[in-house]
Amino acid sequence: MASLVLGIESTAHTFGASVASSDGRVLSDAKQVYVPPTGRGIHPREAAQHHSSIADVVIRDALVQAKVRPKDLDAVAIALGPGLGPTLRIGATMARAIASTVRVPLIPVHHAIGHIEIGALTTGSRDPLVVLLSGGHTTIAAFASRRWRIYGETEDITVGNLLDMFARSAGLPSPGGPEIERLAMLGKNFIELPYTVKGNDVSYSGLLTAATKLLQTGHPIEDLCFSVQEVSFSMLAEAVERSLAHTEKKELLLVGGVASNSALRKKLETVASEHDATLRAVDPKYAGDCGAQISWTGTLAFGRRLFIDVERSEVRPRWRLDEVDIPWR
Amino acid sequence: MKTRLPKSYRVEALDSSIRLTRTSREAHLIHDSKRAGVPTPTVYQVDVSTCTIVMEYIDGPRLKEALSGMDESEVRATCNHVGSLIGRLHSNGIVHGDLTTSNMILRDRSKLFFIDFGLSDYSREVEARGVDLLLMSRAFKSTHFRLYSKAFKAVLDGYRDAVGRVDTQLVLSKMHEIEKRGRYSERSQTTLLPDLKQEQV
Repeated sequence: MASLVLGIESTAHTFGASVASSDGRVLSDAKQVYVPPTGRGIHPREAAQHHSSIADVVIRDALVQAKVRPKDLDAVAIALGPGLGPTLRIGATMARAIASTVRVPLIPVHHAIGHIEIGALTTGSRDPLVVLLSGGHTTIAAFASRRWRIYGETEDITVGNLLDMFARSAGLPSPGGPEIERLAMLGKNFIELPYTVKGNDVSYSGLLTAATKLLQTGHPIEDLCFSVQEVSFSMLAEAVERSLAHTEKKELLLVGGVASNSALRKKLETVASEHDATLRAVDPKYAGDCGAQISWTGTLAFGRRLFIDVERSEVRPRWRLDEVDIPWR
Repeated sequence: MKTRLPKSYRVEALDSSIRLTRTSREAHLIHDSKRAGVPTPTVYQVDVSTCTIVMEYIDGPRLKEALSGMDESEVRATCNHVGSLIGRLHSNGIVHGDLTTSNMILRDRSKLFFIDFGLSDYSREVEARGVDLLLMSRAFKSTHFRLYSKAFKAVLDGYRDAVGRVDTQLVLSKMHEIEKRGRYSERSQTTLLPDLKQEQV
């Protein structure tokens, strides 16, 4: 019989809860997102207060939508990291409480592995070169011998950070990515910005500084949004192209919040087709942080009995993707 | 012959300036690396208008493939040699910028060539050297994970013999610093808070 796992996500802005079944179905996906006031970044403590005020409602929604009673659950999965300590602790506290009350095992899930697994589930991708782009990650990875091996990453800020911080300096509402994408479509002129690729790595801090300066000197926001996207995504496309050539993978799997950006997708599609690879992108409704990435990965871990004692389930704000042993792949 | 074809994923203005810069830079750096004592293909001709370099063809497997057929002592000797060649580049004011085992060719089972200098640069900065070693370390860690600890140690031994203990230590600690920057850390999130300070003032 299929097992049912409740997953809880609270690594950053999003508090999400979801129930997934080990036969590959996501039965529910509830969430509420902390939105900082325009012009401000995420404040870990305020985000944590937000999460703690809505956590019970979101979890109840996830169970109701899935038509699952707490006693039907086989396990509770929790994203223990990486992320913000204060928000992680809200999710972890809820997960521990539910697991102890219902008397089911607790499963630790790495947030980035959640992004990858929900991407693999919704696309059918089997052995991809993964491109994980979000507020917390800009990482190119492929799987070998029980680990995700990292081929390229950012050497300073992530692409999600770049877009968010640029949007904020322009006074655009949070989250910045979609707003930049909308304005970029209205941009006509390409403005040159620092393009920094180092092997399979990228570096965005110079680009951010230059773009912010140009904004202050009165360059049109539409042209700047267009150029920021062009340069940052082209850098990624080049890093991905190098990694594809090196790894010779035939599938490219795009996951994480930035995966929904159509300009980015188009560039990666071009790269993939030139290397006889196919691009697949995670289902947009699971691209951003969500409970489903944790509940589904939880079912995979449940199959291998990867449980953790409540006493040992402290949060791991700096948990590394390539440190996690994965027996189910 | 190596021609940098237009990349259709880049806007034309950006693409042509990148291809032009890299072509002329690569030709110079291949040449200067050879003068520094690092085997590279001989450049015969450069045509900047078509972004083409005509150079010697190096026959042999890439190090990526060659490593898998080697026993432990061959791996150690080869990686030691890789390290000493990187050290030689650095001592001569050059950083490669894209060190992977796909960009090294082993000819006649013994002579190692460095290729693909498109991201190379003239630099004596510790930061640039740190990036070089970081890329090399990542290549072993991801592609040759079974060999990683022994192979990269051998690279560092060779590098140390070429540039000396003090410089190696400087570059290594820079490498660790760079490695930490991009990794998921609370810092990468709290940098989203610059204006918060103003609010408290």
